[in-house]
Amino acid sequence: MTLSVRGLSIGSLVRDVSFEIGAGERVGLIGESGSGKSLTALSIMGLLPEELGASGSVSLHGRELLGAPERELARLRGAELSMVFQEPMTALNPAMRVGRQVTEPIRVHGRPRRTAEELLEAVGLPDTARAYPHQLSGGQRQRVVLAMALANNPSLVICDEPTTALDVTVQAQILALIQAALSRESALLFITHDLAVVAEMCERVLVMLDGEVVEAGSTREVLTAPKHAYTRKLLEASDLEARR
Amino acid sequence: MRSLKIGAVLVGLVVLAALLSFLWTPFDPVKVDAANRLLGFSGSHWFGTDKFGRDVLSQLMVGGRTTLYVGVVAVGIAAVIGTPLGILAGMSPRWLGEFVMRLNDLVLAFPALLLAIMFGAVFGADTLTAMVAIGIATIPSFARIARSGTLQVMSTEFVLAARAGGRSRWTIATRHVLPNIAGLLIVQGSVSFAIAVLAEAALSFLGFGTRPPTPSWGRMLQESQELLTVHPRLALVPGIAIAVAVLGFNLLGDGLRDRLDPRLAARV
Amino acid sequence: MTAKVLRRLAILLVSVLVASIVVFLFMAVLPGDPAQVALGVNATPELLAKTRAEFGVDRPLVTQYFDWIGGVARGDFGRSYVTRDAIGPQLLDRLGVTLWLVGAGMLVALVIAVPAGMSAAVRHRKPSGAGVSGLSQIGVAIPAFLAGIILVQIFAVQLRWLPSGGWTPPNQDIGEFARGLVLPALSLGLVQGAVLTRYVRSAVLDTLGQDYLRTARSKGLRSGQALVRHGLRNASVPVVTVLGLQLATLLVGAVVVERVFVLPGLGSMLLDAVSARDLLTVQGIVLVLVVGVLLVNFVVDVLYTVLDPRLRGS
Repeated sequence: MTLSVRGLSIGSLVRDVSFEIGAGERVGLIGESGSGKSLTALSIMGLLPEELGASGSVSLHGRELLGAPERELARLRGAELSMVFQEPMTALNPAMRVGRQVTEPIRVHGRPRRTAEELLEAVGLPDTARAYPHQLSGGQRQRVVLAMALANNPSLVICDEPTTALDVTVQAQILALIQAALSRESALLFITHDLAVVAEMCERVLVMLDGEVVEAGSTREVLTAPKHAYTRKLLEASDLEARR
Repeated sequence: MRSLKIGAVLVGLVVLAALLSFLWTPFDPVKVDAANRLLGFSGSHWFGTDKFGRDVLSQLMVGGRTTLYVGVVAVGIAAVIGTPLGILAGMSPRWLGEFVMRLNDLVLAFPALLLAIMFGAVFGADTLTAMVAIGIATIPSFARIARSGTLQVMSTEFVLAARAGGRSRWTIATRHVLPNIAGLLIVQGSVSFAIAVLAEAALSFLGFGTRPPTPSWGRMLQESQELLTVHPRLALVPGIAIAVAVLGFNLLGDGLRDRLDPRLAARV
Repeated sequence: MTAKVLRRLAILLVSVLVASIVVFLFMAVLPGDPAQVALGVNATPELLAKTRAEFGVDRPLVTQYFDWIGGVARGDFGRSYVTRDAIGPQLLDRLGVTLWLVGAGMLVALVIAVPAGMSAAVRHRKPSGAGVSGLSQIGVAIPAFLAGIILVQIFAVQLRWLPSGGWTPPNQDIGEFARGLVLPALSLGLVQGAVLTRYVRSAVLDTLGQDYLRTARSKGLRSGQALVRHGLRNASVPVVTVLGLQLATLLVGAVVVERVFVLPGLGSMLLDAVSARDLLTVQGIVLVLVVGVLLVNFVVDVLYTVLDPRLRGS
């Protein structure tokens, strides 16, 4: 098991969440804002804000992450474990050239050298290594963030609503890029509020409501035969019905 | 929240002492009493007497008057001139606003102390020149805050609607801009007051402020220098008074700022 | 980017010119006759007229202005009406002293403020952070000259570790020079350090909350590393602003501190000149101080564009 989450609780915001992700699996986590999905993701990364404490167990390849010393977590982040955040406009350091930021995970973890151009071309951004973030659009910045997340071929990539802040046309491009650029062995935890996206990207899906997982199963199962009332509501609200 | 309360208390203390001095002081602050020179803390003279036998507490109270007086006039001048300037700059076409800001920077190149010394050189140094000089030197701060606040207000929907509806600039300025930037201005006023107090103290210390025999905290400090070893009290008392006043106004300003901008308070 | 810098330079030059006109006109308004001041009450009218011609004050204002500013541009500040000495060389000497004082003061302020501000920001929810914050609030409220007086009392008079005043040029005796600079620099620096601490704290706090720091951590940087590699440069922008403003305050604070420590700096020269009604000297010194402030503002502006690529307007 690449990722194993058992009984994860964060105050009253996330309650007793459990799920597993195997190698190379694409799992979706769907829910509205306030459902606790982002907090779940942050607790896996160990990036929860100071005031929030998490209890339970989160293990990556059998190694326990919750409560692990910062030094250990830092060794895993960017190498075994990485994340793409929702807001691309503020995700990059405005004072540093994009190329330097993109190669940082490689330098920090001492991996074999790959050039910035190489990494950026792989996400469809040739000739941007010397640019500064403010010179790039939201979609372009998100590509950079993706390139950084994939630089060291992590075992697990978490995407927290990566396209929500982008234009509709750009969204499709980014989603296609994620699918193409992710290596076969890397697992994906894709967080979104959009069922259509889940249908496209993920094999399995977890539905969260008010901090709890209310339904889980393969995408096909959950979308064709939803068991929980909330899931049904979500289905109705989305335009997937027509596509079925 | 705490800042606001502590600040208000400190400022209140100073204001009360100063106001009280109009009605009553323990002794006449300027009366020389050679027989009672350099007394320490005592029952009759709470803070003792200075080298001329003058009661320190009384000097402190009346000196507080000067301090507040200078602060009020200086901040008043700055607010009355700086605010309309800033609002105008904010409501004018971009190039004009930029130009006014450049002028602002020019005035900023003349720090309060320097202006006061210049004024003092030309017109003779006293409380009035100090007040006016500090006031002029503070105009840029108000103009800048007023302008930035105005720019923000101008881009709100209310104002856009008002302009579309053909409202005159005057109406927009008074009805929309002014009430919305009032908070910012009050905060600036408090902070500028603190700076004015420090400036007045420095000027009096240098001999460019309030003329003797009117008591002033800065001059009390200057006079205390030669006797410092034996009578540190003579420096500590006015020194603490200055610090209390400045601290009070700064905390008041901080507290008001937090009240007015809850987002900021939550973050900090 | 160079276009922006050139534009700023142009603005600087225009500002300097305008400032010089303002200073000149101001001094021209000064009531009284410089010749009278120089010669005293008993001077004869002929001598007065001759002296006025010698000073050049009988000429139209415009001529006087261009004469003066032209001289200044070449480094010639004219001759004092009171002492008849050339103003320029003395001004330069005194300026040197003031610059040492201001520089040392700024150094002290930075050494205090950067670590204190950073720690106050990082620990802002804990009591130790609030403590630093509170201390800096009090520090702001103490005038520099009060700090000076107290420091002299403790370190010079009571403990006799350091001199209570006076100045030794660095090329004469570097040890004495350093010793003489400690207390004045501390008086200036402690207070400015308190002011600066608050700004550093708020700048670092701001930066700590930024998303790009979280991104950096998600790449494997530890919090400290992330702050230093990514946050510092961004946090320094507001701090540089304040430094620039502070330099003006420091220059002026130096005037007062020079009084307390009897340092032969520009400030004391100014005060002496004003007392002696030596208007040409006052004019020269005020111009130098004002140009100094404008120059600092210019440098700060340029520094911005270096620090924050978003301001380069490409």
